Amino acid sequence: MATRRARVRALLVWAAGLGLATACNGPIESRTDESVAAGPPAYGDTFIQASIGDIGGLIPSLTSDQSSHEVGGLIYDGLVKQDKDLNLAPAMAQSWTYSPNCLELTFKLRHDVKWHDDYPFTADDVVFTYEAMINPKTPAPFKEGFLLVKEAKALDPYTVQIRYDKPYARAVETWSSTMLPKHLLQSFADAGTMRESPQNSQPVGTGPYRFQEWKPGEKVVLLANPDYYEGRPYLSRIVYRVIPSQATIFLELKANGVDYVSSLTGIQYKRQTEYPAFRKAYHKFRYPGGDYTFLGFNLKDPRFADPRVRQAFAHAIDKRELIDGVRLGLATEANGPMRPGTWAYTDDVKRYEYDPAKAKALLAEAGWKDRDGDGVVKDRDGKPFTLTIRTNQGNDERKKIAEIVQQRLKEIGIQADIQLIEWAAFIKEFIKPRRFEVVVLGLGTGSDPDQYVVWHSSQRGPDQMNRTGYANEEVDRLLEAGRASCVQKERVHYYRRIQEILAEDLPMIFLFYRDSLPAVAARIHGVNPAPAGILYNFEKWYVPKAQQRYTSG
Amino acid sequence: MALFALRRLLLSIPLLIGITFVSYVVISLAPGGPLDFLTPEDPNASPEVKERLVKEFGLDRPIHVQYWHWLKRAVRLDFGRSFLPDGRPVLSKIGERLPVTLFLNIIELAIIVGLAVPIGVLSATRQHSLYDKITTVFVFVGFATPDFWLALLLMILFGVQLGWLPISGLRSLNWEYLTFWQQQWDFFSHLVLPIVVATFGGLAGFSRYMRQSMLEVVRQDYVQTARAKGLTERVVISKHALRNALLPVVTILALALPGLIGGSVIIESIFAIPGMGQLMVQSVFSRDYPVVMGNLVIVASLTLVANLVADITYGLVDPRIRFGGRRGRRSRRPGGRGAGRCASSGARSPTTSSRCAGARWSASSCSWPCSRPRWLRGTPTGPTPATSSTRRRAATGSAPIPSGGTCSPGCSTARGSRSRWASCRSASRPRSGCCWGRRPATTAGWWTTW
Repeated sequence: MATRRARVRALLVWAAGLGLATACNGPIESRTDESVAAGPPAYGDTFIQASIGDIGGLIPSLTSDQSSHEVGGLIYDGLVKQDKDLNLAPAMAQSWTYSPNCLELTFKLRHDVKWHDDYPFTADDVVFTYEAMINPKTPAPFKEGFLLVKEAKALDPYTVQIRYDKPYARAVETWSSTMLPKHLLQSFADAGTMRESPQNSQPVGTGPYRFQEWKPGEKVVLLANPDYYEGRPYLSRIVYRVIPSQATIFLELKANGVDYVSSLTGIQYKRQTEYPAFRKAYHKFRYPGGDYTFLGFNLKDPRFADPRVRQAFAHAIDKRELIDGVRLGLATEANGPMRPGTWAYTDDVKRYEYDPAKAKALLAEAGWKDRDGDGVVKDRDGKPFTLTIRTNQGNDERKKIAEIVQQRLKEIGIQADIQLIEWAAFIKEFIKPRRFEVVVLGLGTGSDPDQYVVWHSSQRGPDQMNRTGYANEEVDRLLEAGRASCVQKERVHYYRRIQEILAEDLPMIFLFYRDSLPAVAARIHGVNPAPAGILYNFEKWYVPKAQQRYTSG
Repeated sequence: MALFALRRLLLSIPLLIGITFVSYVVISLAPGGPLDFLTPEDPNASPEVKERLVKEFGLDRPIHVQYWHWLKRAVRLDFGRSFLPDGRPVLSKIGERLPVTLFLNIIELAIIVGLAVPIGVLSATRQHSLYDKITTVFVFVGFATPDFWLALLLMILFGVQLGWLPISGLRSLNWEYLTFWQQQWDFFSHLVLPIVVATFGGLAGFSRYMRQSMLEVVRQDYVQTARAKGLTERVVISKHALRNALLPVVTILALALPGLIGGSVIIESIFAIPGMGQLMVQSVFSRDYPVVMGNLVIVASLTLVANLVADITYGLVDPRIRFGGRRGRRSRRPGGRGAGRCASSGARSPTTSSRCAGARWSASSCSWPCSRPRWLRGTPTGPTPATSSTRRRAATGSAPIPSGGTCSPGCSTARGSRSRWASCRSASRPRSGCCWGRRPATTAGWWTTW
């Protein structure tokens, strides 16, 4: 599961609203009242998890929603997975090797992996998965990594060789993707009807859990796979309950109706769960997540093309205040787009302390002065500095950020309005055509620091991800170099330099990384918070015999 | 009647097509498309995939062409497959959600009607009493309470604090391991909160409606007459007034039909009930056009059918409408004049009409309007019919109220005993009927859009 979750998050999703966070080396905290004397690991019990949305389908490669990938991550496996320190680790592949020129990648597969229907898992399945994914008829949203592959072939039943035209830094990560069963899907993949195949409603995978049933809109039930290659998981039955209301999920939690929620809200974490009965029934965890929230400028707007104006904004905003006001302190300050704690991260970058006087001075330098004493800065022609901060509707945090920023900008003489727009309209009408001045949005970081699509000047088109319109020749070169190498030691330098330049250039103001705040029922043992969060060792979670609550399964 | 129903059914077809066309255009014009959700704002989602899907879903064609293709399949009841990654047929998606919603809503409606009628009647008959005031307060509280808020409060009280009832879902997770009776109890306990919440708001409105309708009826002359005859208040209310006051209930019941299918988004979301409301909202949010349209066709057809059913049943319970056409034609002929006159005063008193035509309701006072004192006959009490405000348009369109009038012989002689009443009925029906005015302008005209 950890692999799959991590992979979803690894995608640079402009997070639409909910925090999809994982972890890093920041403060990791677990709050519990008492630690029950843990009995020895035992099989059995049912684990009930609440999910706000139903799954989209049971072939995760065809879906893009969080729930499908969570459930899919338990049913399927990839060749590699992310370990607790966010590094790639072997899963169905025992090991992998690069050729010296980074163009050939060879996976050695485990010999003891079986599909849930007892077919052996072999190199043919890997090659099939690759072919199915690059098939234009396959409606898979994430196939970019596969399209860069020049050739995938099975050298023997347990060896796969992947060849690339040019080095691709995220090559190994691509193969953490779900592997699909050739013997069940071949004909559907050829016909382009994978969505309609039985596999999409009765999936057969290689993962730790077997599919039991899916009642759309109600629940998904999975059973432990006794033949799992890393040993049978302890928790015997997993139930994903679909509860479309955040408030109801929380009430179910309070009534001990669910065993796990992936993220409490700040107020739930700080106040509403701070009573003895809850602390006895649940363990709460806290670790920095992998998405950052930012204030983005439209660099095509002549006012924001001037770096002094952007720096003035940075000095006008107090990040600490935002974190305390919006997240009740449950976030980590961000100074760049790399996830703190990962190997490419550096905090040795330029910072902008809260200093309204300095902000005003910078604005004045850029030609924006309060010329008639009415508190609003104006340019030489007397045009006041007004703008609209836009963000998507339905995300309370972003709305609050906009309000606080509005107040702070007023202090330096800038008049800001706030506009909240429904997500789809926001993207289509404002973000894509770059019809905005300032936006509050979120962006996810991956396990690999390659952020070519977000910062490279070639990615500024309406359907591309460089939304601010940022262009810097040196960054372009560094991104290209970083992408073309498979040697971590070299890449570190490129990415650290990129962070320095971005902190200097400020195409956006990096605000904070939200903390992940999961809660797990106290009877579940074996939960060890790590940089990758808590779910990376889900198969090893257990309930001691004496505390098992559900006899079924 | 059959002809009327047939005509209405045929007229529904172009209307349905119009509804679906407008809906199709509107949903297509909404910002964002299904692909924005399938392939999110993500750099790894290649544009090539999008183009491919646009082609596959046929979204590259102009809207009217898309609609035409949709329509061609829809008439064969093929609503296609969902755009979502599960790619399931629309009908099976709807099919698995429908029973839950239908079941919940039928129970809910039954409870609402069962409770609201007595509440409304009591508060109307005891207008301005303490009871009436209390129910009025209750009603306004009910109107003003947001569903979700009440739901959360009840969930906190009964689910979290007291732990008596489950909070959400329809069944416990160990359902399969329960005995039959435990399963029934489990299911029942899951239903309590959603039904209470759903009933509360509806009850408020409906009882208010009932009260209003009753208030109008008890002020009618024929009720007064019934009292004047010395009938006990109970008989007056339950036999004479209530039956007339219930007429609007029929309308509301029939019009509740589409609501039965539509489901309540808020209740379903809060209580995590996988019903139609949720399906509709999710499909709208994900711009899953086939599911949206499938849902819409079902709800739109049901609305149309419900209108028709409302009109037909209304005709069945209110003979003024059923026989209106015939009577109207007759009364325009010279020979029918007398009957028409009589009916004119009766037109305002459906009890009379139904008594004469239906003969089931209250035989003992069959033809009182005809035997009213002349001064009473001569003073129309105004065009307000005995029905509630929803039917007002029907009635205002129905009959001009000439002053004075004579009774049809069949009816006036029928006063009194049952046997004579029987003759009244047989005489009145084919010939003239004592208590009928002109047909309402059109029986359908007051309600539907054409």
